[in-house]
Amino acid sequence: MSKVRKLTQMKLFLPICCMILVMLINVISDVAQGNGAFNFFSISINNGLLYGRIIDILNRGSEVAILAIGMTLVVSVSAGTDISVGSVMSLSACFCCMLLAGYGVSSTNEFAMPLIVGVIGCLAMGALCGAFNGTLVAYLNVQPMVATLILYSAARAIGLLLCNNLIVYVRVSSDFTNGFFVGYDIFGSYIGPVPTPIIITAVCVLVMTLVLKKTALGLSVQSVGINRKASRIAGLNSQRLILLCYIICGLCAGIAGLVASSRITSADSNNIGLNYEMDAILAVALGGNSLGGGKFNLAGSIIGAYTIQAITTTMYNMGVSTSQAPVFKAIIVILIVVIQAPPFKAFMASRKAKRDLKRAAKEAASV
Amino acid sequence: MEHSVVLTMRGISMTFPGVKALDNVDLTLYKGEIHALMGENGAGKSTLIKCLTGINNFEAGEIHLEGIDGPIRNHSTLDAQKKGISTVYQEVNLCPNLSVAENLYIGREPLTKFHTIDRKAMVAGAKRIMADLDFDIDVTQNLENYSLALQQMIAIARAVDMDCKVLILDEPTSSLDDNEVEKLFTLMRKLRDQGVSIVFVTHFLEQVYAVCDRITVLRNGQLVGEYPIAELPRVKLVAAMMGKDFDDLAAIKPEGEVDLSGAEMMIDAKGLSHKGTIKPFDLEIRKGEVVGLTGLLGSGRSELARAIYGADKAQTGTLKVKGQEVKINAPIDAMNQGMGLLPDDRKAEGIIADLSVRENIILALQAKRGMGHLLSHAEQEELADKYIEMLQIKTASKETLIKQLSGGNQQKVILARWLATDPDFLILDEPTRGIDVGTKTEIQKLVIQLAQEGKSLIFISSEVEEMLRTCNRLAVLRDGEKVGELDGELTQERVMAAIAGGGDSE
Repeated sequence: MSKVRKLTQMKLFLPICCMILVMLINVISDVAQGNGAFNFFSISINNGLLYGRIIDILNRGSEVAILAIGMTLVVSVSAGTDISVGSVMSLSACFCCMLLAGYGVSSTNEFAMPLIVGVIGCLAMGALCGAFNGTLVAYLNVQPMVATLILYSAARAIGLLLCNNLIVYVRVSSDFTNGFFVGYDIFGSYIGPVPTPIIITAVCVLVMTLVLKKTALGLSVQSVGINRKASRIAGLNSQRLILLCYIICGLCAGIAGLVASSRITSADSNNIGLNYEMDAILAVALGGNSLGGGKFNLAGSIIGAYTIQAITTTMYNMGVSTSQAPVFKAIIVILIVVIQAPPFKAFMASRKAKRDLKRAAKEAASV
Repeated sequence: MEHSVVLTMRGISMTFPGVKALDNVDLTLYKGEIHALMGENGAGKSTLIKCLTGINNFEAGEIHLEGIDGPIRNHSTLDAQKKGISTVYQEVNLCPNLSVAENLYIGREPLTKFHTIDRKAMVAGAKRIMADLDFDIDVTQNLENYSLALQQMIAIARAVDMDCKVLILDEPTSSLDDNEVEKLFTLMRKLRDQGVSIVFVTHFLEQVYAVCDRITVLRNGQLVGEYPIAELPRVKLVAAMMGKDFDDLAAIKPEGEVDLSGAEMMIDAKGLSHKGTIKPFDLEIRKGEVVGLTGLLGSGRSELARAIYGADKAQTGTLKVKGQEVKINAPIDAMNQGMGLLPDDRKAEGIIADLSVRENIILALQAKRGMGHLLSHAEQEELADKYIEMLQIKTASKETLIKQLSGGNQQKVILARWLATDPDFLILDEPTRGIDVGTKTEIQKLVIQLAQEGKSLIFISSEVEEMLRTCNRLAVLRDGEKVGELDGELTQERVMAAIAGGGDSE
């Protein structure tokens, strides 16, 4: 009994439960469709590449998972959300492709600059946007939603300017059979049998985990998020911390933009990262983090991000049409959010207490 | 002045969870008088007023109002207003973007026969109301175009016009300058002469003596007494508010006078100030010295300490720490000079509620060391264990969230946070507020012990006895200004006389 209680009180219990719920839906639908019950979990290697629904979820969920890392910090430190990350993804990607193709070129078959310049430019652009947001929030006390609304609407337009109103294609493919050549498609395709986005996400999560383990960033961010005034008295520079979190969030958007753009080897300003900010925020919430700031749990957010992707993949697998998928997604999200809501938990607890009371009364009567 | 009673409150009692906010309190209000309701913060003034205006639901006692048979009980402010009890608060509760006339008639607009608002009648009525009170202003202008003082008078005019028998002014003067206060007093006297009874709540002693007829003093939710103004000189009022029977004051001798005049200078502040909270002050503190800051609440004693620490950045003056001139822009700069501040508002500025006891203890030391130099988990646990043991912090474990601890133990955790940084100069602002007697004594002992170890301290407390026991020297503050210092033999009598100031000062 106490073991069960310990398990249910773990911070990650609910996010993991939600993940399992989505998996269960998969199993049931597979059985209903007459497929093998554990089709969902099967992983195979086709043409030297990993293949399977789990791999697909991990691959496709990469961008949101990367965004969720930064979003978690922003939510924790400033009790607000960065709604510009989707647009910043797009802007970073446009900047990257412009660097690699040259200004005004709509399609290229060879790099105008070394790939590394494009990558660094992409990340720097993301960080710069984050710094802009962070400055507004930390030093000018603009509400996070309003501050990030600026880039939310402006970043895509700036991206179009950089790309001279074109969709810029960087059609430079990697070639590992004849020598060793890294092309622009590398970040969205495969390294060996493993999809690159999965590797990039793993590296990002690992780096962030190490930073949180080895520095006082986690403690400081949570402290400022819980009580900014008290943190200042205790010697924390809350403004600089808030700025730092927004820069990290922007950097994450830059990385996600690179992955998204590499998948389609082009910079499509209007479509890259569209509505991703909402998924990133949802991931943070599904991970059991309060959007009111304060304590955070990075693992929860990552699980939340993959849960969202799992829902989407499940929908497609069940044959729900693309236009109707959001409805089912919404239903599942409502379920998950309700399960995690404190009033619902309190309601369940009180029901359980009543049941226990009744049982105790019965036992007493029978004795 | 005829002495008919307008309002009596008898035996009012009220409990908030865990605190007896009011215990058998009486208040009697005569027709046409200005009655001061005095007491320190937490004495129960606001609670008593809220019982009267229907915001609080009191448990025991009766309220009688002239002209109404039987005890009354208001259930809302509106209810109270209908019976003739109006309140004007410190912040003007009117609409700044509506005209003066609209504000005066909001919620009771004169109507035409078509049931639209009769603007002509409203403006004419507003003009008449303001003229009655000798104010010549354009009532069609928006309220925000007038000064705060005038807005307050308009709020009062609105209250009075609604057939008000009892007018409650809750700290109306806190944001007014001397000139505006004088105008307000003129209005108050005029209303008194018209037969309105006024309850005046304020922290400013001067103002009580300038305008009031009688005083009711509360302390810790209990009635201390009701006095005609002539019978309660300033010093006795302070004594009543602080809970010292003035005649029985026993002088407590400082145990073994220590001569610190040769000791190294720790803090040397010259002309520090922060606009709106503390006027320029000088303060010197030597190594091993405990300096107390005394004065009534709101006199600027916390603000003085905060200006030194950089919690409110000092806008003028210079600060020398150990002889070196330093620039302090934020608390972290002060911490790097070896300072620490235990703030008076534990909840808002002390604890990080959702973090554990361990995290709360190491926070300041961690901030001082910088983000890249994380204290290892072993070091953190060692520190937490050390201070939980040393200060006898009662907590289930060091991983318990601090919000689950009692107030006194939370305070000890914050104290541990600062001790962990090994400060040379520690500011303790109300370290003993809201905690039990045993813990109070422990904290006082700790202060003396720290001083003996050669640390310098500022000690701020509302309880004069505590300061007498711990401090070598006292700085006295009044109305946001440091008005003097007391050293040599400190007695309660001297301290209270100094706090009261004015004619009774030494």
